[in-house]
This record gives sequence, structure tokens and C-alpha cells, in this order.
Amino acid sequence: MAFDKMELRDIEVWDGNFAAAQAMRQAQIDVVAAYPITPSTPIVEGYAKFLADGYVEGEFVMVESEHAAMSGCIGAAAAGGRVATATSSQGFALMVETLYQSSGMRLPIVLNVVNRALAAPLNVNGDHSDMYLGRDSGWIQLDAYSPQEAYDLNFIAFKVSEDHDVRLPCMVHQDGFMTSHTAQGVKTFTDDVAYGFVGEYKPMNDMLDLDHPVTHGVQTEEDWHFEHKARQHNDLMTKVMPKIQEVFDAFEELSGRKYNIVEKYDMDDADVAVVCMGTSVETAREVAKEMRADGIKAGVVGIRVLRPYPFAEIIEALKDIKAIAALDRSSPNGAPGMLFNELAGALFNTDSKAALSGYVYGLGGRDLTKAHLVDLYKELQANADAGKVLTPLQQFIGVRGPKLAYL
Amino acid sequence: MENNGWNEFEIGAMLRSFDGAATNIATTHTEDRNYSNSNSFTASVADWRIEKPLFNKDYCIDCQFCWIYCPDMSIISRDKKMIGVDMDHCKGCGICVEVCPTNPKSLLMYAEQQDEDVALAEWPEKETKEK
Repeated sequence: MAFDKMELRDIEVWDGNFAAAQAMRQAQIDVVAAYPITPSTPIVEGYAKFLADGYVEGEFVMVESEHAAMSGCIGAAAAGGRVATATSSQGFALMVETLYQSSGMRLPIVLNVVNRALAAPLNVNGDHSDMYLGRDSGWIQLDAYSPQEAYDLNFIAFKVSEDHDVRLPCMVHQDGFMTSHTAQGVKTFTDDVAYGFVGEYKPMNDMLDLDHPVTHGVQTEEDWHFEHKARQHNDLMTKVMPKIQEVFDAFEELSGRKYNIVEKYDMDDADVAVVCMGTSVETAREVAKEMRADGIKAGVVGIRVLRPYPFAEIIEALKDIKAIAALDRSSPNGAPGMLFNELAGALFNTDSKAALSGYVYGLGGRDLTKAHLVDLYKELQANADAGKVLTPLQQFIGVRGPKLAYL
Repeated sequence: MENNGWNEFEIGAMLRSFDGAATNIATTHTEDRNYSNSNSFTASVADWRIEKPLFNKDYCIDCQFCWIYCPDMSIISRDKKMIGVDMDHCKGCGICVEVCPTNPKSLLMYAEQQDEDVALAEWPEKETKEK
């Protein structure tokens, strides 16, 4: 192919955005249709520059909205190309209609979502509102906690998503600014190794196969719609997790970097555990280690695969824990948090006697500090000692004004 | 189409136009094409129609206006000879009748239940200009 290869050092200093852009270059994306939005802008900007500089053979389609961006990706994926784009927040929200289209059409698109708060009030900083908004859309959702993981999970996303037994689009999430704009050391692959891992794109039912014409995006009513949705749900429930595990294993063999569907840190002998996502996982890991000096056996569970929901893996990770905190970085707006609900749903029919409490934190990029987590672990230890939740079931961390607690 | 279960069809909101490979489609007449069951060609939409066009070949001059103007490709023509109307796909819009230039017209709209032989027997006479 007519493009140049790029020489990379073994370890480059990249932020999460550039790491994702480099992964998109190395995977040799055929089509990127994008409408850039903060904080994900440098991802598609990076791809566009690689394309202009002759480092990738593909098409960059500039469109008039995020709705059009995902629509362009859907068309290109149906035509039979390797397709990716990136977005955040308001752009993600505008994309939602087409997210359901792409997953229902079983098109393997990779969407880098740099997590950012949803207006109003307008805010460009990181929280998980957009990630939560996508969770019923039929996509696979992987969460990166660092630039290295944003790089790695992009390759993994293509390999899972494009598998012919899967054929479902995949989001790779990273925290806005905390990951996307924070430069760290990233261990790289050479272009050949990276492309070798992702592999050549294998089309399926592509519109450019002119001898086998297909109609994509058909209409079905009450006679067929339910069967299509049931099929998609079945494949998400039964086919995706084994494929993700298989690709995680292959990736570990290649790189030595091990990913798990649910990440467990200091959980082997833990009494109390925090369950969270994104950059908070690293902060919680550090605090958990420090809590052990105070005699609190603290652990951390990070959700690596948010969809399909790791029901069995969550039960396994939390089975011996006495007190659990579910940390939701998105306003539940009139309900317990998503993680609280989904942990409760997983544990309810098990033998777990864990005291489960929920916390809402970090909205609009508000920091979750180590001091917050120290207090939280102490509350959890008190819950564990009492054998029940001593606080209200839902509390807010780090918001000004009188203490907010419900339920 | 068969009402298959959720596990009995190809994934995606996707339908195939043909069974197997489709080659030289442009030079193959519709009735000879290997259309699949999910192709709209195999579905009848005749019940969308309230009025139907009837064709009287005695007056037709094979000008092909109806064939050109039909929005549903429901005029069947072979070697520039008008043969009839594809009544599985005609929706009774009446455009073919409107554009028919003969006198009397070779296509006329009738109620759906109209008997064809009776209509042909009672076809209107040529209109003469009044002097």
C-alpha cells in the first residue's frame, strides 16, 4: 500500500488522545467521518494529519454534525471499510440516534468517546454522563483508565468488533482531560506488529460486493423487529465476552499487558471495596494500599467492560466483600446510580451479605481526591463492622453546601 | 417471507436482493432474475390499489410513454412492444392513463372489481372533433 511507516520509540510520551490517534493510524482505518468536539478533537485531528502526511491510506470525511459523522461511518462500514471516529458529550448525545442504527445494523465501528459532562450548564470537563448515555445502545463499551490503555484498547476494540461472530460496534472510553490531555509514557508497537494484531479487515455483507447486492437498514414492524433485537441481545450476552477474553489473552501474549473484563486490585483478602471507572480507579488503588497501613483491608474493582455488563465477573469479584461502594460519576437524576443499581442487581440473588452503598462524585470534572477516598474507605469499614449500611444509601462526594444524602 | 425465529436469519437489518450471485442483471428480464424472497419484487402490493388501469392493445401505438412515466416499473414492455401491466406492483396512480396519447386511450382506469372482458367490449369510441 502507498503509505509511509512511522518510526516510534519503544516508549513515547503521549496523552490519551494522541495514543488513540496513533492506534487508528496503525490499524489503517479506511474511513473517518468526524465532527470534532472538545476534549476528543485531537484524536480525529491526529488521524487527519497522519492522512495528510501520507502515513495512512484512507478517507477523512468532514461532516456537518456528530449525527452526520456517525451516519457517514455507518455508510462506510456498510460499504465494507474499517471505520472509526471520536466524540464527546454533546456530540455523543447528538449521535445517539445513529448509535442504535449502527449496532442494530451490526456494523463494526470503533468510537473513541472522551468522556465529558452533559450540559446544562455547559461544561467541557470529564465525567461519565456521556458514557452512561450510551449504555443501552447495543454497543460494546470498553473503559481505558490511562493513555496506555486508550492505545491498547483501540486495537482490542477493532479485533473484537470486526469478528464475524460479533459484528457489533465498540466504544473505547477515556476520561476527558485527565486521560485525554495528560501525557504519560506509552509503550508502543511497531506499525507492522500493530497491524498484524488487528489484521486485515474482513468484509461481511458489504455493499461494494456488487455480485451480492444487499439492502442495509431495512424497516421491520411488529412482525420482525423483536426477533432482530433479540438476536442482537443474544449475541451481546453470549458471544462478546468470550471473544473479548480471547482477544485480551492474545493481546497479553503479544505485549505482556494483561487486561481483565473486571479489574481487581488488592481484592484477594479485601473486606471493603470501591467499584469505579476511569481515572478514579488509579486514585482508589493508591488509597487502598495506604488504607492497609491503617488496618483496613481495602480493595478496588475497576469496570473494564461496561457493556456487555460483566454480571458473572462482578459477582465473582465481590463475593467475599463485606462492604462495597459503587461510585457513579454521572448524575442519576432521580434514581440510585447506575453502578449501584447494577451491582445490586448482580449481587441480589447471591449469598453475598455485603453492605452496598452508592456515591455520586466528580460531576463536571470535579476532582475525586485521596482525602475523599480515605473517608469513604473508613465509612465502608464501619459498614463492614456493623454488617449493614450505616449511612444513607446515596451520598454525594465533593459538592459544596449542606451534605447531600438520600435513600 | 417465512416467519423465522430470532436465530434463523442473517444478522443485521440487512436483506439480500437475490439468491446467490447476481450477474448481468441489467440484461436480464425481471421474470428471469433470481430475486430472493426478501426482494420487494416477490411481494404483492396489489391491495394498495383502489382503481386499476386496463390495457386495450387494439389502440396502442407502442410509444412507450406509459413505460417511461410509470413510477413503479409496472408497465411490462418487451422489444418496445407494450404487453400489459404488472398488477402485483401497480398501485393505481393513473399516470400511465394520463400520458397515453392515443384516441381513444389504450389505458383507462376502472374500479378494482371491474371485469376486464366487459371493459374491453365497452371500450369508448374514438372522439371526433366537433366542427
